[in-house]
Amino acid sequence: MATEKKTIFSPELAARFDKLVTLYPVRRSALVPMLLYAQDEVGYISAAVVAEIAERIGIRENDVHSVLSYYSMLRTKPAGKYNVQVCTNISCMLRDGYGILDHCKKRLAIGHKEVTPDGLFSLEEVECIGACCWAPAMQVNYDFYDELTPEKVDQVLDDYKAGRGKETE
Amino acid sequence: MADVTFTVDGKKLTAPAGTLLIDACKAAGIEIPAFCYYPGLSLQGACRMCMVRLEKVPKLQTACTTPVAEGMVVHTETEEITQGRKATLQLLLGNHPLDCPVCDKGGECELQDMTFKYGAGESMYVETKNHREEQQWSPVVYFDRPRCILCYRCVRVCGEGMDVWALGVENRGSSSVIAPNGGDHLDCEECGMCIDICPVGALTSDTYRYQTRPWEMNHVGTVCAHCGDGCKTTLGVRTTADGSEIIRGNNRDKSGINGDFLCIKGRYAFDFANHAERLTKPLVRQADGKLAPVSWEEALDFAAQGLREARDAKGGKAVGVIGSNRTTNEENYLLQKFARTVLGTNNIDHHRTADYAAFAAVLKGNSGREASLRDFATAPAILLLGNDPTEQHPALAWQIRTNVRLNKARLYVANHEDIKLRQQAKAAVTLPQTGYAQFVEYLAGKDGEFKSDDATAAFRDAVKKEERLLIVFGSELRGREIQSLVEFGLSLPDVKFACLGDYANSRGAADMGLLPDLLPGYVPVGKAGQFAGEYGSSLPAEPGLDLVQMFDAAGRGELAALYVVGANPVARYGVDAATLKNTFLVVQDMFLTETAVLADVVFPAANFYEKSGTATNTYGDLQLVKKAADKSGVRADFELIVRLAEKMGASPKSMVPFGRGVRADIGQTRGAQSGEADRHAVWLAANDLELKLSPFDPFAIFDEIQRLVPAYNVPRLNLLAGNDEHVKSELAQIDTGATRRDMVLPANDGLYTSGTLGNYSAKLKEVLASNTTVTKPAETAAD
Amino acid sequence: MPRLVSHPDEVKIVSRRFGQGATDIDKYIELDGYKAAQTAIEKGPEWIIQVMKASGLRGRGGAGFPTGLKWSFVPKQSERPKYVLVNGDESEPGTCKDHLIFLYDPHAVIEGAMIAGLAIGSKQGFIYLRGEYRYLLKIMEKAVSDAYAKGFLGKNIFGSGIDFDVVTQTGAGAYEVGEESALMESLEGKRGVPRIKPPFPAVVGLYGGPTVINNAETIASVPHILMMGGEAYAKVGSERNGGTRLFGISGHVEKPGVYELPMGYNLKKAIYEVAGGIRGGKNLKAVVPGGSSTTVLTADEIEVGLDFDQMGKAGTMLGSGGIVVLDETVCMVEFALRTIQFYQHESCGWCIPCREGTDWLKKSIGRLHAGGAVDKDIDNIRYLAENMLGRTFCPLGDAAAMPTIGFVKKFRKEFEDHLNGKGCPYGHAQEREAALV
Repeated sequence: MATEKKTIFSPELAARFDKLVTLYPVRRSALVPMLLYAQDEVGYISAAVVAEIAERIGIRENDVHSVLSYYSMLRTKPAGKYNVQVCTNISCMLRDGYGILDHCKKRLAIGHKEVTPDGLFSLEEVECIGACCWAPAMQVNYDFYDELTPEKVDQVLDDYKAGRGKETE
Repeated sequence: MADVTFTVDGKKLTAPAGTLLIDACKAAGIEIPAFCYYPGLSLQGACRMCMVRLEKVPKLQTACTTPVAEGMVVHTETEEITQGRKATLQLLLGNHPLDCPVCDKGGECELQDMTFKYGAGESMYVETKNHREEQQWSPVVYFDRPRCILCYRCVRVCGEGMDVWALGVENRGSSSVIAPNGGDHLDCEECGMCIDICPVGALTSDTYRYQTRPWEMNHVGTVCAHCGDGCKTTLGVRTTADGSEIIRGNNRDKSGINGDFLCIKGRYAFDFANHAERLTKPLVRQADGKLAPVSWEEALDFAAQGLREARDAKGGKAVGVIGSNRTTNEENYLLQKFARTVLGTNNIDHHRTADYAAFAAVLKGNSGREASLRDFATAPAILLLGNDPTEQHPALAWQIRTNVRLNKARLYVANHEDIKLRQQAKAAVTLPQTGYAQFVEYLAGKDGEFKSDDATAAFRDAVKKEERLLIVFGSELRGREIQSLVEFGLSLPDVKFACLGDYANSRGAADMGLLPDLLPGYVPVGKAGQFAGEYGSSLPAEPGLDLVQMFDAAGRGELAALYVVGANPVARYGVDAATLKNTFLVVQDMFLTETAVLADVVFPAANFYEKSGTATNTYGDLQLVKKAADKSGVRADFELIVRLAEKMGASPKSMVPFGRGVRADIGQTRGAQSGEADRHAVWLAANDLELKLSPFDPFAIFDEIQRLVPAYNVPRLNLLAGNDEHVKSELAQIDTGATRRDMVLPANDGLYTSGTLGNYSAKLKEVLASNTTVTKPAETAAD
Repeated sequence: MPRLVSHPDEVKIVSRRFGQGATDIDKYIELDGYKAAQTAIEKGPEWIIQVMKASGLRGRGGAGFPTGLKWSFVPKQSERPKYVLVNGDESEPGTCKDHLIFLYDPHAVIEGAMIAGLAIGSKQGFIYLRGEYRYLLKIMEKAVSDAYAKGFLGKNIFGSGIDFDVVTQTGAGAYEVGEESALMESLEGKRGVPRIKPPFPAVVGLYGGPTVINNAETIASVPHILMMGGEAYAKVGSERNGGTRLFGISGHVEKPGVYELPMGYNLKKAIYEVAGGIRGGKNLKAVVPGGSSTTVLTADEIEVGLDFDQMGKAGTMLGSGGIVVLDETVCMVEFALRTIQFYQHESCGWCIPCREGTDWLKKSIGRLHAGGAVDKDIDNIRYLAENMLGRTFCPLGDAAAMPTIGFVKKFRKEFEDHLNGKGCPYGHAQEREAALV
């Protein structure tokens, strides 16, 4: 089994991957979830991640590249520990999503897809995240924050900075 | 499937149910435009150019994904449709660079043609075009991203067609891009299929890019000079100061036995013809021991004198002739005739890469049993014994893959190596390297020495159950093994065979009697029959020396003269230079090869792309070799043999049956400019008028071949029109075969080597140097 | 946590258990959970499909295809396994209803998938959530594992001798994957590029097997329909539009939220009564009635019933039920730009008209909004959109083209006001980072 082999992943994740590929009629179905979980652990999809996932599934590395470059949540460069994703799509825009984005830019002193020098935060303007009725909204990693105001954003960012933020795995 | 009737643009059409509308229309002469659709590759529906209106269907439909159905009513060029096509083109042209004046594809570009037809003539945008720098992906392939229209043909031909899968799509939306598997480069077989299939100038080749405009070339369809598959290739030729040079090799005429396919050699390895070391003057060894250029007359006289003296002093048995795997049938035929009638010797041979004689012997009398390369694209089942077609017979590998993919053909592979075609195999057996003979016995039901198991038993059972089967084998099988295999095959209901040899006309060399014991058509030298009558009574009746024996004789000082035409046996057989020190050596070649450098006379020879005639691929497909390029200072081997014969006192008419007292040249030497003469030849042939006016006209010899070699008496018009005709293998006149010494020395060429010829291809060497992953190089180099 | 809202006009069927702690399996059972599945096992596939047909339930993803009919297309006999695929890749801007279903009633999705499986003879269900919904995946995963623990999933469910398994997973950020065939591609570990149809998924779907793909809300409605009866469900809605629907009302309303209203409910009432009217007493300018891909309605056009047919007659679509309300302060060009920016970002790139068309629309409208356009650009924008319409590989091209045509047609004056260097008359930031790369 793959667990006995050398892996760049933690034993827990490696074991999870061993199971994941057996859940579907074809191993390849596990590709997108594996890329997400690998990114959660490693921080981004590195060349080593691509190589190991390709091997675990039994496909070519360029197939993995082809797939990973399709999905906007997958990244090949590191983001901050807390990736702040502000929605500016229509429902959020109507309730000042751009103001929230601008506020984050100022507050974190970074722009779209940039990382703070301490590596703690990164910022992204994102498309609709499915929180339209509670706009404006953002996600920090996988956690949602809605009905935002600049003050609420400050509170959220302060919490993360202090290590008190929510963290959905 | 049953035929259905439907209406397109008011015309009633009929096609088998299930036929794609786009194909059915094309067959009826109604062209529906498409970028992404390509016959034989998976359907995409991506370019939306082929949208048509089906009555009673609310939305426009893509003709490339719609099967015809009974009663369907289709409109292909209404205003709504042409407007849609125009709009799609406008979208493409918004970003597509309009560098058509310098683009390689300009003049042959599908985007240009469609824009011309649908008239997307106005610019709608003021935005700057997205520009990206051109990338070089391999020694062969360049990618110009802004020109790419994302039709995915390259991705599919590389993956589905070649089973290489080196190209993919990355990113999405307007950032989508074709991406090579190596990140910034390609790790692939460098076949260039992606370039060939690209409808625009996004993928271009290193050899052709920015060289010329397509309309400045003449396009000559001929046979590839390299491996034994004999692919049809179209050479783009342009006039130069010293003749005409080949600028491009491609496959624009897809009518050949290779279908859509060409490999790197057929496409790019024509460059040996333009190599700087090409000989253009005859050389004669001087008193100081060095080769020096002399006039043609002087060289011919000197060579003829040397050969004549050797013959007259020591007899024909002291003279040897070595022919080529890369000369035409007519040249090979003429060479053996020269050897046997002028030099009076059966000491004639060539570098044999397959035991064609044994194959001919066992096929004799069994008509229709030899497979054409074409058959591999349609046969329901194929048994492959030995060989690695991906490396050694790329067109065969293509045909097999295509057949497996499109027709679900069943491929059975027995090999001592893990060859790539196992990917396509329904069943595979790994044999010991020396286990082919036992395996053949095993297949035939003799369980004897072969170590069988359940898998091999299942393999054998499956093969035996096939109702129609092609059996193809490599040089691992010779003599009795071939006999056993064919006999086994003949016990099955419907089997055809193919014997794999290595070079462009290896088969022709054997068929035309470049063998010490066999005349053309495998007629034993002792029973010369029709040849005795034709050539006169002085034919030597005893088998001569084979190639190895000739060098042994030379080493013993018993070979007074050796005439080598287009071969490099010194390198191939590792002959010690000293061996030939007492032998008068005449060599015809393009280059000063390891053999030529030892010669007393060297004639600069024209190559396969610089002459006309016929060649026979390893499957027995006979094809027209058409003169493409020209180089001043070189002569075709054919002409050199005739002139040497004359200088040795033979009448040209006894060598070549030409003319009736008329003297003229109808085009043999005029190459690509000889289109009219060639058409004339076609006309003559069609009218059963075949007056040959020149002693250098290969078709005069072809007349003789057809007269004397029954296997080659095939319909001629089709051949002259550039199509393939299969030789009649059953008419070989051999009566020995399996018991002969086969003398086979496999060439071991891979995708990027091609004997001596490959050594003079800069492109092949560059690819070989850059590519560490794919191929095994030749152990030795020759021919 | 998303705020739950309520209004007396609501008819809570699919949202009945919201806020009641139904993520807990025992609570779910207490609230009549898994009864429908057991009834379905008892009564068999034909009964299920008959009830579903009678209910008039039409696909809640946006296309509005009758669910019972869809299920009936699946061949009874199949060499390959059949599958049920729940589409929870909710990504249409303006839409957040499935969010609440996963959050508050995960077992309803499982039970619905199970019933779909029983109806078509499938033993395997997949629940695919959009990648951003990781926290909802956690909730779904727990629900699935609880259901297995109770013997409701796996071998011999409810002791019936029937097997049914469920696998949950998320995507990784791609609107296009909401298209059913692209969803199957994604689930097979590929790029989310749609497939050529026919064959339709009911015949050749996931892994080549017959597959039923339904939106999460559709699936979550199924157990309720079986419990209340098809006819009763149908009666709640309007003609040929059975039942209720979760409408997400967002934008410039006083009380945004997800409301469950009967099909055919008046749009104007939904905005002014249910959602409390326009925020801050401003005037209404426009309504995007069913997610960002639907044609905009002007303030004068909202006297219309919220069902598939009435909305169609009004020249727009019911879509995903995401009603986005725009007040008088909105620059329609900016709104059009933000809309096309989304489709440009989300175009999968497979076909030329969508890939290039969305890109050129984004560039052209962006330039127009910034004041860099001249008169003919407005016609060019419309020409571009009209030439995409109906010619793209999948509906995403239409989803980009239709609203654009609507904006230009209905708000041409606002477009003209931007021309010739004037730029945005609303003074809105003109240099939005145009590219979401």
